[in-house]
Amino acid sequence: MSDLIPLLTQQLFNGLSLGAIYALIAIGYTMVYGIIGMINFAHGEIYMIGAYVGLVTLSAIGVNSGLPLPLIILLMLLVAILVTAVYGFAVEKIAYAPLRGSPRLVPLISAIGMSIFLQNWVATGQGARDMAVPSLIGGSLELTLGGSGFTVTAPYSRIMIIVVTVLLMIGLSLFIKYSRTGQASRACSQDLHMANLLGIDTNRIISFTFVIGAMLAAVGGVLIALAIGKLNPFIGFIAGIKAFTAAVLGGIGSIPGAMLGGVLLGLAETFAAAFISSQYKDIVAFLLLVFILLFRPTGLLGKPEVEKV
Amino acid sequence: MFQNLKNAVIAAAMAGIIIAPVFGLQILRRGMETYLQPEWDYILGGMAIIFVFQLLRPLLARRKRAGESRWRLPAISDKGRQRAIMVLVLFALVWPFFTGRAQVDIATLVLIYVMLGLGLNIVVGFAGLLDLGFVGFYAVGAYTYALLYHWAGWGFWEALPLAGLMSAFFGFILGFPVLRLRGDYLAIVTLGFGEIIRLMLINLYGLTGGPDGISGIPKPSFFGYQLVRRSTDGSPTFHEMMGWTFSSQDVVIYLYLMALCLALVTLFVSSRVIRMPIGRAWEALREDEIACRSLGLNPTTIKLSAFTMGAMFAGFGGAFFAARQGLVNPESFTFIESALILAIVVLGGMGSQVGVILAAILLTVVPEIAREFAEYRMLIFGLVMVVMMIWRPQGLLPVKRPHVELES
Repeated sequence: MSDLIPLLTQQLFNGLSLGAIYALIAIGYTMVYGIIGMINFAHGEIYMIGAYVGLVTLSAIGVNSGLPLPLIILLMLLVAILVTAVYGFAVEKIAYAPLRGSPRLVPLISAIGMSIFLQNWVATGQGARDMAVPSLIGGSLELTLGGSGFTVTAPYSRIMIIVVTVLLMIGLSLFIKYSRTGQASRACSQDLHMANLLGIDTNRIISFTFVIGAMLAAVGGVLIALAIGKLNPFIGFIAGIKAFTAAVLGGIGSIPGAMLGGVLLGLAETFAAAFISSQYKDIVAFLLLVFILLFRPTGLLGKPEVEKV
Repeated sequence: MFQNLKNAVIAAAMAGIIIAPVFGLQILRRGMETYLQPEWDYILGGMAIIFVFQLLRPLLARRKRAGESRWRLPAISDKGRQRAIMVLVLFALVWPFFTGRAQVDIATLVLIYVMLGLGLNIVVGFAGLLDLGFVGFYAVGAYTYALLYHWAGWGFWEALPLAGLMSAFFGFILGFPVLRLRGDYLAIVTLGFGEIIRLMLINLYGLTGGPDGISGIPKPSFFGYQLVRRSTDGSPTFHEMMGWTFSSQDVVIYLYLMALCLALVTLFVSSRVIRMPIGRAWEALREDEIACRSLGLNPTTIKLSAFTMGAMFAGFGGAFFAARQGLVNPESFTFIESALILAIVVLGGMGSQVGVILAAILLTVVPEIAREFAEYRMLIFGLVMVVMMIWRPQGLLPVKRPHVELES
């Protein structure tokens, strides 16, 4: 019994930091789905590209440049955000904008093509092998819990994931709630045509949605690269699917839902890895996806979709 | 004109930002240190191309609008089509005897993809259900034969029907709960199933051999006569019976002919089924589900039949793949393979069987010819999928169906 509580705390922490990453990516899926009703299959690749841009920035600065650490990390995040914003914008304009109004499957296939393209774009440019990321933030916070001397290890890099994610989520919620663009995007997600009739530039809002989603995914990519210490061009695929699962779990189209879904999925996965088997943790995510879609397709916080003739 | 120039400049700047971190600044390692090697010609070249393209695009768009026409399959009479098919089949039968071993080998691969493409065509093209986990059923078929051989010593011909049945069974079991989901959700769930099957194959180490898979799977026999140099169980081999000397070229041709048979059976069955009431129901359901329901068709049963039948053909393809390859491992059944089969169906024109065959040939043979571009193969492949959706979402050879349209 005395061992169980520290173990649970450790898994809770691991799950939260993993879930924070899923939540950051899931926002992009859910916002895009909320507005134009398509699954942006290439979104996971944006996350991967964000991680690469962060590494490129870090290499450009140099690990031993003498700059203060927070500044280096801030620069990595800023450059990654800038570049992926352009990626998000361009992907939408190239692969999805010309297909607006076509049958549902057409943009989905285009998105799959885009996903394969971006994966191999990076694999060709930077090489398909694993790439080491210098660990900037070493050390961890250690807490001794219980009588048996079991310590809970919380690496600073993972604490940073949670802190940054929480800050961004608060920022995003305020932005969506109060800014004019945020209000316009909420109007679009309720009814795209009506919003257009009322004078909202819907194309601009759609681009904005892709850009915001890409930026958040990029932050996730940079943070996870720093925490794990390696990356390759294929990390985006699985992460993307899991983040999509998170978005569906929370209720696709709902931004708080994506946050909740991300955290829940992260927890489910780490607990499955700890108490069942780490080999089956990917299966847990996929099974979760299947079961939510079967039994509660609207997710936890989503609203039911009415089929109109 | 000025607006045009401004757009082009912005696009070029974006292209620069997009290319720079991936191609322009390559991360290299020297010892413990990572450094960047700038490749300015990539960045500037890409920017220049995008600039010129954006500048000229309005002109091109105007040109395109003027001469818009869509090329469709020419209408051929039934008799003419039968004759054409006969000629093609005869050619496919005779051709391998006059060519090299490598070509026949590639042709066998093409035929496997034709089989898979035709199978997926039933699901995606006819019934309009986007299945991104098709490779899962292919894996089930391949592993059914591999496991039956490994654990029970079954031969190919005994295992083939069971492989098809097993895949169909998986299709049925997995399809049953998910087929009431809407299109894009269905796509993601099937993708999940495909991945689950692959992960199970990796993790069930005791049964499937895990990541190493199963090797030493025998090639199909010819009515009980083995096609090997020396018989494993003392029975006469095929070349002994015929009094020929053994040549591995013959084995390759034999495999090719068998793949041809299987592909022709698939083609025959699927082109018959589409003319049956169930096939008509698939197409009706694809066009308008609500109308179908109000006419008394049961969408779940109809979708399920398409899903199961597609899975069955994937199973046959899988068993043959296992026999040809001699080994199976989970590496062969990744999502990319599903995407490739989907691309065959999409490129060919959903629902068009001639298109699917053509696309299977294109997507298999072109990468073999352009081997020096092997590095860019998947890059181009992804791009082709996007471009096809924008330029010709109906595929290269869309089918022309007899239909009546109300003037509105």
